[in-house]
Amino acid sequence: MTALVPAHWAARLLRHPSFALGAALTALLVAAALLSLVWTPAPPLAMDLAAKLQPPGAGHWLGTDAFGRDVASLLLVGARSSLLVGALAVGIGAGLGVALGLLAAARRGWVEELVMRLADFTFAFPALLLAIMLAAVFGAGMVNAIVAIGVFYIPTFARVARASAVAVWSRDFVLAARACGKGRWRITWEHVLPNILPVLIVQATTHFALAILAEAALSYLGLGTQPPQPSWGRMLSEAQTLMFQAPLLAVWPGLAIALSVLGLNLLGDGLRDGLDPRLARQR
Amino acid sequence: MGLFVLRRLLTLAATLAGASLVVFVVLEILPGNAAQVLLGPDAAPEAVAELATQLGLDQPAPRRYAQWVAGLLSGDMGTSAAYGTPVAELVWERLALTVPLAVMAMALTTVLALAAGLYAASHHRRWGDVGVMGLAQLGIALPNFWFAILLILLFSVKLQWFSAGGFPGWTEAAGGGVLPALQALLLPAIALAVVQAAILARITRSAVLDVLREDFVRTARAKGLSRRAALWGHVLRNAMIPVVTVMGLQFANLLAGTIVVENVFYLPGLGRLIFQSIANRDLIVVRNCVMLLAALVVIVNAVVDVLYAVIDPRVKVGAA
Repeated sequence: MTALVPAHWAARLLRHPSFALGAALTALLVAAALLSLVWTPAPPLAMDLAAKLQPPGAGHWLGTDAFGRDVASLLLVGARSSLLVGALAVGIGAGLGVALGLLAAARRGWVEELVMRLADFTFAFPALLLAIMLAAVFGAGMVNAIVAIGVFYIPTFARVARASAVAVWSRDFVLAARACGKGRWRITWEHVLPNILPVLIVQATTHFALAILAEAALSYLGLGTQPPQPSWGRMLSEAQTLMFQAPLLAVWPGLAIALSVLGLNLLGDGLRDGLDPRLARQR
Repeated sequence: MGLFVLRRLLTLAATLAGASLVVFVVLEILPGNAAQVLLGPDAAPEAVAELATQLGLDQPAPRRYAQWVAGLLSGDMGTSAAYGTPVAELVWERLALTVPLAVMAMALTTVLALAAGLYAASHHRRWGDVGVMGLAQLGIALPNFWFAILLILLFSVKLQWFSAGGFPGWTEAAGGGVLPALQALLLPAIALAVVQAAILARITRSAVLDVLREDFVRTARAKGLSRRAALWGHVLRNAMIPVVTVMGLQFANLLAGTIVVENVFYLPGLGRLIFQSIANRDLIVVRNCVMLLAALVVIVNAVVDVLYAVIDPRVKVGAA
């Protein structure tokens, strides 16, 4: 990776359209979650059956749900669940997965075999299956969802890190570094990790977004965030039964999820280009 | 190559054994008394004790594990507490929906993604590239169950081309037939495939562009090969390694995704069976279904590993 002074790096990032749009959408998501801590248009959990299923208007910007709750307020509070699950799940997955992938690529042989079979072994349980097992035993909940998604990400990050790292290890400049007497760990740190970083960043941001999707899916099934804590997935599940009376109820939470995910993905793209000028020129 | 496949088969068996151990420990040991879970916290102690004996819970755990694995290998998965029928029967019935759905979705994913990815890479930095990747960005951002709901609204409610849910069955005797069954699976397969295809298209484009920058491609172009010939003859095969890796990972996502999408379309597949079994606290069904899905994932990934060696002989499998 080319070393760059931070000012140039930041300047290039800010000029990148994907980064700018992605950063704006992600900032909006974070701002919504933070704002909901101090202010919402209406109390998010306050039910008012007399005002149920109201269309968007001055009183309720995005209308009300089947219990008369203000949809805009529920959306703002729902952003918290998405952010929390995404950040913790990616932290678990990337932290452990990348370390395992780099170890496997650096050591090869039985270490690689052991790490990859362990990854296979964990990988046998997609996040939803893990969440299902945890829900069947411990009941549904947000913590189980975070653990399930995070553990599922470990082998994903390990495999991608290993696959990319193995390719770097076969390059001539690594051979040259070895000929110069550099050890495996120094080569991993100085050459392999910087070269696979763009892939990992794209992977991390994509997986943050995927974690938001997974949390929404789990909550849609009733296995994720539990009532009374609002979540976008459960809002969609409740809206599905009211598609004919109030189709817009099924639109807002879906849009919120899609825009958050879009923002994170664009942010990842921008970061990727910013971190690797070679890719930025050639993309 | 033969030795590699043999070694991969052995590790596959070990992984399956490990996975079965995890499933057994999580769903059989962790809950404490499975009979209590099945009957609920308010059940009479006598009823719990009777069911525990009936389920063989009075026997030591290693013996129960051995019996379960032996049963799995011979196709006997026990009897569902909620349905009162053999679990194997339930599972086979549901797999007849879930496997075709996953395969249809994967086929759609592959065709859409490779076409879009290659098109974008070969039109790099032109309008075609920008348009396809813009659509892919939107596709990745869509929750598949939300997309499924939107598909129902458009094609079932508004245009009335497809039914909004349910499954007629594969045989005419059951009131369906191959064509109506495929028709019922089309919207769910599209809902599953579009999101996965968007991800795979980006990976394909990125991998193709990475390979295009390699020296051997420059050499191929320098010796007079057209861009198209270099793309098909040299780039595609080399770019397939990350693509196949992601496809293996995606099949697992698809299988898991069927659980959600089957619920949106009320399809009586394996995913819906698992979900209903959790609601029924039918741990025997959950245990066997989770094991089955885990086994499918492990087997698919073993196949992907073997494919690495087929696609790229430079990957020296097993070399230290």
